[in-house]
Amino acid sequence: MITLSGVSKSFGTHKAVNNISLQANDKEILVLLGTSGCGKTTTLKMINRLIEPDAGTILINGNDIRNSKPEALRKTIGFVMQHAGLFPHYTVAQNIAVLPALLQWDSKKTKNRTSELLEKLNLPQNIVSRYPHELSGGQQQRVGIARALIANTPVLLMDEPFGALDTLTKAAIHNEFKSLDELTNKTTVLVTHDVQEAFELGHRICLMDKGQIVQTGTPAEMLYHPANDFVKDFFASSRLVLEYKSATLQDILPFLKEALPPEVKGAANVWQALQLLSSENKYSMQYDAVMQAFSQYRKLQTA
Amino acid sequence: MTQEQTLWQFIASQQDKLLAQVGQHLGLTFLSLLLAIAVGIPLGILISRRRRLATPVLGIAGVLQTVPSIALLGFMIPAFGIGATPAIVALLIYALLPIIRNTYTGITGVNPLVTEAATALGMSKSQRLFKVELPLAMPVIIAGIRTAAVINVGVATLASFVAAGGLGEFIFGGISLNNTNMILAGAIPAALLAVVLDMAIGYVQRSGLRSFRKLLYAIIAIAVALAAYFLWPLGTKNKLKIGFTPEFMGRQDGDLGLRQVYGMQLSPVVVSDAIMYKAAQEGKLDVISGYSTDGRIKAFNLVVLQDDKNIFPPYYAAPIVKSETLTKFPGLKEALNLLAGRINDSIMTSLNYKTELLNQTPEHVAKDFLLSAGLYKASKNGTKGTVRIGSKIFGEQYILAEMYRILIEGNTDYKVETKTGLGGTKICFDALMNNGIDLYPEYTGTGLLVLLTPSQKVVNEVSKDSQKTYNYVAAQFKKQYGLEWLNPIGFNNAYALMMRREQAEKLHIVTISDLKAYLNKK
Ligand SMILES: Nc1ncnc2c1ncn2[C@@H]1O[C@H](COP(=O)(O)OP(=O)(O)O)[C@@H](O)[C@H]1O
Ligand SMILES: [Mg+2]
Repeated sequence: MITLSGVSKSFGTHKAVNNISLQANDKEILVLLGTSGCGKTTTLKMINRLIEPDAGTILINGNDIRNSKPEALRKTIGFVMQHAGLFPHYTVAQNIAVLPALLQWDSKKTKNRTSELLEKLNLPQNIVSRYPHELSGGQQQRVGIARALIANTPVLLMDEPFGALDTLTKAAIHNEFKSLDELTNKTTVLVTHDVQEAFELGHRICLMDKGQIVQTGTPAEMLYHPANDFVKDFFASSRLVLEYKSATLQDILPFLKEALPPEVKGAANVWQALQLLSSENKYSMQYDAVMQAFSQYRKLQTA
Repeated sequence: MTQEQTLWQFIASQQDKLLAQVGQHLGLTFLSLLLAIAVGIPLGILISRRRRLATPVLGIAGVLQTVPSIALLGFMIPAFGIGATPAIVALLIYALLPIIRNTYTGITGVNPLVTEAATALGMSKSQRLFKVELPLAMPVIIAGIRTAAVINVGVATLASFVAAGGLGEFIFGGISLNNTNMILAGAIPAALLAVVLDMAIGYVQRSGLRSFRKLLYAIIAIAVALAAYFLWPLGTKNKLKIGFTPEFMGRQDGDLGLRQVYGMQLSPVVVSDAIMYKAAQEGKLDVISGYSTDGRIKAFNLVVLQDDKNIFPPYYAAPIVKSETLTKFPGLKEALNLLAGRINDSIMTSLNYKTELLNQTPEHVAKDFLLSAGLYKASKNGTKGTVRIGSKIFGEQYILAEMYRILIEGNTDYKVETKTGLGGTKICFDALMNNGIDLYPEYTGTGLLVLLTPSQKVVNEVSKDSQKTYNYVAAQFKKQYGLEWLNPIGFNNAYALMMRREQAEKLHIVTISDLKAYLNKK
């Protein structure tokens, strides 16, 4: 669990982060969402002491991070950089194994863990001997994620980890990523400016503006109970899609009149379920049923 | 030494010397380079950490590099004496800038995202330095080492000025002795060394060497090889430390004569005459070669050993000019001859003393003398043409060149341009022959032994007295080169061996034979 209370950071006279308080729970993905320059990266970097705050306290599992040595602290926090930040002189294998090397793991353990992660992140095994410049942007980012995941740290911080991916690949990765068992036992804070990504990945979303937190809540809360016009306007342009994405099948189950085919049951949200159903003509009944159920669910939310 | 020796024959006959010089050259280059790496890389790292220090450190290293090599070597003598040490220190200083600068730019040029990633992964500062920053900066650092290596191969040729050996012995010996083969035997290997070293380091650079540790191993391996080389005796094995100029080493009235006539097999270090006297005064050398009229003999309390077997015949000094130049500038000959017979040995010695010890400028000394001799006339600011006077790179020649300038400008309508400090006999002579200068003061002995190089028989015959030498040299120069020796200035100059007075007295050495007896005594 990560707790920020009253944290501020200025660069010169410019208040990059202004008195923010938030909490990221265990087993949760907390998304920091906001336009570019609103202070997301700064907030994230204060958690692993890449940036020292001017004021406020940050606790990880109840311990003030100022009480641990920065190097020691960082070894317990996986960090995915905004632009992958791979070491150009290291192969993929060496890049992934930086932290194991610092922790002096034996090479067999490192190797097994590496190949396990490559598989989970959909990277070919033969990639290990290549250098970063021989990879696509998306591959580089996934190597960066593998590097942050390898040591199974209790905290994971990710700064726009999927920024270099096209929308299609992004959606595919999001699903796999959210279901990674690596994430089930840690606290994850993920930064993004992509509203859809926030809705697809975040258990909770923390919307930031000009260094301050405007609202924190679940995706549905953000949509149906916006704290102010800023929040409302922020989601206005993609509102329809977001509504479908913010509802899980679980949410609409009470209103569902048809049984769903097994391949749809695993869908992460209503949007995904509808997409699966609409691609097959034989499921038009189920499609209508989901639409109806969602309408009823939505009425309740807005009531 | 016959005159028509080919370069190949020269190299074959001198191969031991050449090998030793190549070894010394490499030794100097590498040892200084290693030290520069040992100092430069940490300094470069330091200033990349404390950026405020970058400007002053790079500034100082930059200024040091602009100090002319000879001057830098000169500064080293009081602190480090002569031999390999001052040369290595001077070379180290030259190699420093490219290494510090490239280490600094290499490290500061590493993508900040990458160093931030290293920090975020929990690396400590030193882990980040050795695992990320240095490996990524390595190609740039090696490029700096490469630049430094090539600079050092070049500057190491000057090491012979401070008796540190190297290929400069041949190069500058050849220049003094008018021996093109000797120059080439030094210059070609020096150039080859530079090219090979450049290519070798370039190869390392391209091979993508990243590991700082591997570079370290390579450096240590070279260091060990070198240390082995430097245990090689670099200096003299004599009881006394002996230093001769490169010119003296190759002259009949020099080391050759000492061997043949006195039977002295010395193993002297080769040293530039610019620093030889000072080294003798400070006890860094005990026996040196020199000119009998040098002011520093008096100034530094040195004593000239008596030449009891007459291998150092006295010679006249006189200006030499192309005959056609005298036709082109009517009245020039008369102006130059105004000085003829006016300066005897003791006057010349005292004039030299004024420049060399009292630090008076040659201009000042020349004017004072001409005033007292009643020869001074203010310049007529003539416009009828320019006479270019050359001089070799030692005090006496500067003074003579100045006197001629005043005499020509005061007595003719010509303007004078002086080109002083020409590196040696060959440079002056070639400049004269190729119309780079119109005249310079030369010594009949040098004309005879260095430029004409007649048979031993002729040498023995004509060097019996000064006038005879003058007549022979004047006639031969006219015939062979179309050059005229004007009337002798008056003083006799000769080579001489000299020691500190106090040491010579203590050891009871008065003559060169005494010196030989002392050296041979077990
Ligand atoms: N090191 C820095 N020095 C000065 N200003 C900075 C620095 N880092 C960030 N900022 C400023 O702080 C603000 C917030 O930056 P950042 O946290 O990177 O925003 P985000 O990640 O939300 O795009 C921006 O206005 C940015 O220009
Ligand atoms: Mg950012």
